[in-house]
Amino acid sequence: MALGARLEKTTKAPGLTLAGEHLTLDLCGGLWLSAHRTLIVSDLHLEKGSAFAARSGQFLPPYDTRETLACLHEAVARFDPACVVALGDSFHDARGPDRMEPGDRAMVAALQEGRDWVWIAGNHDEAITEGIGGRYADTLTLGGLTLRHEPTEVGVDGEIAGHLHPCGKVALRGRAVRRRCFVTDGRRLIMPAFGAYAGGLNVRNPVFEPLFPGGFTAHLLGDGRVFAIGRSMLVKD
Amino acid sequence: MRGGRSALLVAPTGAGKTLAGFLPSLTALAERPPAKKARGLHTLYISPLKALAVDIARNLEAPIAEMGLSIRVETRTGDTPSHKRTRQVERPPDILLTTPEQLALLIAHREATELFANLSCVVLDELHALVTSKRGDLLSLALARLHRLSPGLTAIGLSATVREPDDLRRYLVPQRVSPVGESPPMADLVVVRGGAAPDLHMLDTGLTLPLAGHTAWQAMPAIYDLIGRHRTVLVFVNTRLQAEYTFQELWRINEESYPIALHHGSLDATQRRRVEAAMAAGQLRAIVCTATLDLGIDWGDVDLVVNIGAPKGASRIMQRIGRANHRMDEPSKAYLVPANRFEILECQAALDAVEAAAQDTPDARLGAPDVLAQHILGMACVDAFDPVQLYDEIVSAAPYATLSWEDFEAVVDYVATGGYALRAYERFAKILRGPDGLWRVRDARTAQQYRMNVGTIVESAKVKVRLARANRAKPGAVLPRGGRVLGEIEEDFADTLTPGDTFLFAGEVLRFEGLSEDEALATRAGPGTDPAIPSYAGAKFPISTFLAARVRAMIADPFEWDRLPKQVSDYLVQQRTRSILPGPTGLLVETFPRSGRYYLTAFPFEGRLAHQTLGMLLTRRLERARMRPLGFAANDYGIAIWMTRDLSARIALEPDFLEALFAEDMLGDDLEAWLDESAMMKRTFRQCAVIAGLIERRHPGQAKTGRQVTMSTDLVYDVLRKHQPDHLLLRAARQDAATGLLDVKRLGVMLRRIQGRIVHKSLDRVSPLSVSVMLEIGREKVYGEGADEILAEAEAQLLEEALG
Repeated sequence: MALGARLEKTTKAPGLTLAGEHLTLDLCGGLWLSAHRTLIVSDLHLEKGSAFAARSGQFLPPYDTRETLACLHEAVARFDPACVVALGDSFHDARGPDRMEPGDRAMVAALQEGRDWVWIAGNHDEAITEGIGGRYADTLTLGGLTLRHEPTEVGVDGEIAGHLHPCGKVALRGRAVRRRCFVTDGRRLIMPAFGAYAGGLNVRNPVFEPLFPGGFTAHLLGDGRVFAIGRSMLVKD
Repeated sequence: MRGGRSALLVAPTGAGKTLAGFLPSLTALAERPPAKKARGLHTLYISPLKALAVDIARNLEAPIAEMGLSIRVETRTGDTPSHKRTRQVERPPDILLTTPEQLALLIAHREATELFANLSCVVLDELHALVTSKRGDLLSLALARLHRLSPGLTAIGLSATVREPDDLRRYLVPQRVSPVGESPPMADLVVVRGGAAPDLHMLDTGLTLPLAGHTAWQAMPAIYDLIGRHRTVLVFVNTRLQAEYTFQELWRINEESYPIALHHGSLDATQRRRVEAAMAAGQLRAIVCTATLDLGIDWGDVDLVVNIGAPKGASRIMQRIGRANHRMDEPSKAYLVPANRFEILECQAALDAVEAAAQDTPDARLGAPDVLAQHILGMACVDAFDPVQLYDEIVSAAPYATLSWEDFEAVVDYVATGGYALRAYERFAKILRGPDGLWRVRDARTAQQYRMNVGTIVESAKVKVRLARANRAKPGAVLPRGGRVLGEIEEDFADTLTPGDTFLFAGEVLRFEGLSEDEALATRAGPGTDPAIPSYAGAKFPISTFLAARVRAMIADPFEWDRLPKQVSDYLVQQRTRSILPGPTGLLVETFPRSGRYYLTAFPFEGRLAHQTLGMLLTRRLERARMRPLGFAANDYGIAIWMTRDLSARIALEPDFLEALFAEDMLGDDLEAWLDESAMMKRTFRQCAVIAGLIERRHPGQAKTGRQVTMSTDLVYDVLRKHQPDHLLLRAARQDAATGLLDVKRLGVMLRRIQGRIVHKSLDRVSPLSVSVMLEIGREKVYGEGADEILAEAEAQLLEEALG
């Protein structure tokens, strides 16, 4: 059994240790590094709704950006981080910031106020390099951790990435529950997507196999807490 | 009809009403002087089934040829090749037979004005079946357009007997605002009476039936015997599971090797066509089928209908009985087969209703806003529209007669930019209002999108079931490909299967082996295997209010019991001795302990769907009252809820507890809170979103990548409910929830009815009546179980592995 992550006996948010750093897996889908007072969120996909309207004429409710920012605001108010890292694909496309409502833009500025803010480049938004506050980077190193958008197949120790939007599904007694999740084998961790309109990719998809050759544990975001689920209990879509 | 007046023709099956509907057209066409150039469509025929349209075309061509008339008849369905479609618009036939969806596309065609300018007659077949759904809303809007394009158009509706023929009469002709006291415009009514009374019986095998269960296994030898004594038998059942089971059981005892076939909506389409063709050719002795054969082509050879299980509704059972013997002068012969003791009561109520020729078809629909949105975009695709003119046309359609100008404007706003309070999409608008005040479609791509998404039938996502072969080299493994496709199951059902689960499908017990891309792989289970997974999604109609009231009245009145088989009257006597009998209007609630748990059972008789909603809401309220409910089960007659705290003791302390528990205000906040997470509500919303064009339909071939590229409507639903709870599509979904999967309206009527009329009986053990609903536990999915409970159980498994 590849129970990579050491489970800690706590009734609060579960934590685990990766490359010597202590991580808290928050129910909102963010990762809290208390030693660095840093909050990491991944794949916000801001302005995805308006991207659909612009490209395909499907008018999804244009409230995804404010919904995502409201969740982020709740987490920031709770942790009061010195630094927030958005782990790539923060905008659904390069024109996203231009389509943003002034109110939402002000919300981003308010969140950035008084703290370091890092936009890690993702495949959807690497063209954005200015105009929305904070600083821009391809990767970021925090102690033994490397933060980047796309997980790599080499040099994985301490890598924290997003990009894949992992979801885990459990089926028991004729009921199936599918939720966003963190995935880890104790060496690397892949974060769930944070954005309101970000879809999910089942962790049983072959894409995850080369990343976790020895198996993994998925930490599913439940209604009231985060649940650690072994690979054997997770089913395909 | 000759005088060009619209009419509703109500006739029992076998009266030849379809041909009668064409008579005025055939006469007019025969008498017209020969013409040199194309004259445009004369008559349009609309059928709910494309197979029926094709069949009618065949039946029309014969007499036309015999009489030597020069009348061109053609069909137009989804299967019609594009060159033929083009020609049909350029050089229209005299009579065109088609479906509501194809009509919607035709009236949105650029040439629609010319095509329909000389239309003189439209025939709407099986109108009673069409008007009960959103397809009926779509058709009503198309009909309103036809009346406008061709003033003086005659509309002829063909219908089986219905409860309120006036609803259908209004549907056929343009409505207008009438002065108070004056009745709204209606088509003439022509009723063909008579036809021999049906020869209808309840099948009595002399065996004692169980208190629950729907398989009717006791009756199989008797049904087999009936098949042996008739030419062709239609065996109707209520669910696909029952169809599978019955088919398998009949074949198990089929010593004479009668050709017996199976027909239901999950089977592969080519297989279904084969069964239909064999039936039409008189090669089959019996077909076990679900509602898929309620309507359809007339098969002259069917001389017996058998209906297994609850009849559910009087009109519904009449329609099924009518499938036998399509001749007016001979009675249709049918047997009702109850599967449990409650169904004996329901069958008796249905026999009484048929005897009294009572009908319980549903109320007329209020036109759905999502269908209207689709129609408005279609109308913009034809030509620029003037909003006032279009509004007048729309309110002339009966389902939309009460639509307010404000609501109409809201739908136009939705079509244009999504109808959001946040005006984010103005620059992407699909329809634009010009300086002349007219609305126009944005571009050709938008018009193309409309054509790809037309229609109101939203198929739930399905996965193919493919027979896989066991891998000899690797025991326990299967070869992924090679076997044939058996049919399709709903994705929702496939989602809940784990490898090794056995289930009935396509007449066999299959073992689920796993999912491969978009297919479910299965192998044949060994002989004698019992299917482990009890059910998969299939149509489950709730019992009609009318029939339920009759059943309740029968139970409440001991004088009625003489008419019932002894096993039922004995059962009711036992209930009266050990508890009390539910009255004709109030609500009986029983509470009792059993194996360390405490149970509440109640008997509202409002049908399974309303009971499931009730169960969800009561569980919430009991949770809040700290009674620790664990789950519930429901059937058509009642519900059972179980909990860890003693409910009888609580009621003894607080006499008002039950009144408060069942108070009408549960349809307020509790319903709202539940709708937030209800999977059924999300499914309802998805259907509205597809019909209204918010998200695009998945088309065959696209389905494979569909999961990744299609926006999840669940995410959209969550965000929209939070930020704009009064949005048009949420209102549309609510309107559907009132009568659809959640049956909230019926629940509301019940809660009002029982105010101050709850009869509580505290018992020390389960009563005879409660046993029937308790037996549902385990058969059905247990609701009221939160996602976190499921996740916690899966997590416990991990800890076990870690520690062990």
